[in-house]
Amino acid sequence: MVKPGDGYKDIPKGGLILEVGNAKSYKTGGWRTERPILDKEECINCHLCWAFCPDSSVLSEDGDVKAEIDYDHCKGCGICAYECPVNAIEMEKE
Amino acid sequence: MKLKEAAKKEERLTGGHRLCSGCGAGTVARLVMRASDNPAVVGCATGCLEVSTTIYPYTAWEDSFIHNAFENVGATISGVESAYRSLKKQGKMDEDFDFIAIGGDGGTYDIGFQSLSGAMERGHDMVYLCYDNGAYMNTGIQRSSATPKGANTTTSPAGEVIPGKQQYRKELTDIMAAHNIPYVAQASPFKPQDLMKKAKKAFEVDGPAFINVLAPCPRGWRSKAEEGIELTKIAADTCFWPLYEIEDGEWKLNYKPKNKKSITEWLEPQGRFKHLFQEENEALVEEIQEHVDQRWNTILNRCGEL
Repeated sequence: MVKPGDGYKDIPKGGLILEVGNAKSYKTGGWRTERPILDKEECINCHLCWAFCPDSSVLSEDGDVKAEIDYDHCKGCGICAYECPVNAIEMEKE
Repeated sequence: MKLKEAAKKEERLTGGHRLCSGCGAGTVARLVMRASDNPAVVGCATGCLEVSTTIYPYTAWEDSFIHNAFENVGATISGVESAYRSLKKQGKMDEDFDFIAIGGDGGTYDIGFQSLSGAMERGHDMVYLCYDNGAYMNTGIQRSSATPKGANTTTSPAGEVIPGKQQYRKELTDIMAAHNIPYVAQASPFKPQDLMKKAKKAFEVDGPAFINVLAPCPRGWRSKAEEGIELTKIAADTCFWPLYEIEDGEWKLNYKPKNKKSITEWLEPQGRFKHLFQEENEALVEEIQEHVDQRWNTILNRCGEL
């Protein structure tokens, strides 16, 4: 990936980005003013929060959403908490 | 497709993109890409999704991605699809690929309209996805032909002279249906399974497909970030944004609200419609309600529900 300070010879021809999905290494978690806290006991694993998250930050592993929330990328919009049918997610001030 | 099952597939749009907090375009793009079973070539018309997901030297896409100007994503993806078909015919390539062009309402309803119309008419095997947030949000909320009547934008400012946008929005889904392509659908992210099902049909159909999806924009709608998905539900319940599909000319309604809500429930939570609740604009709200009712009846009629 091109780094600050790279010269034109270091940049791929045409300014192409050769690595797919490398935005993962860019952390947007710092935008957050409130963080979602998932209560794993209350969660019914309906996956609505997973589906609605604009930042792909509700992680699901083997069909289980109770895995984790990706705080590196979650921007704290609160959609997951608002839409949760059993109120298993709470927003907490950072 | 069950959400649990869908979640087992790999993510095609990663986190770390720089769409605003609570942006609906991210949700819509993620869900639609989930429905693709092949590696894809994605093209975005200029717009929020384009600039925010691919800020150099980063890309949030796990597929090939092509930048486009505002007006030509339909042309670009149709060209890529043609090249692919040719290579396949020559035996130089045998993998299967999906082709998808994505535009916001500005890049689809207005500026990219001719290239979209051309690509659909030529019959390319591609999907066109429009995420409609009802204005040019990326450049600072200018009105587009998808902006609802009465909405306050920077180029249709509500004030003493006019009460927001003066025209009704263009019904692009109808226009695409009039292209007689195999698949046209209108969807909404509050029904993620319905959206993914439609996207799957769009990818699988042999020929062009068009999906129009309502995408909440907290900045432009002047609404709360966490209420975005709820607003898309209200849009369907008030019949402002009906969910339907047209398969080979056959219209089908996908969502009928149990109790059709008054349009004020859609207008009220959004700051862009705030001025409509002043006394002098009462008649305008009634007029908007009448327009929505008429439109809803037309759709019910076409879908054979009346």
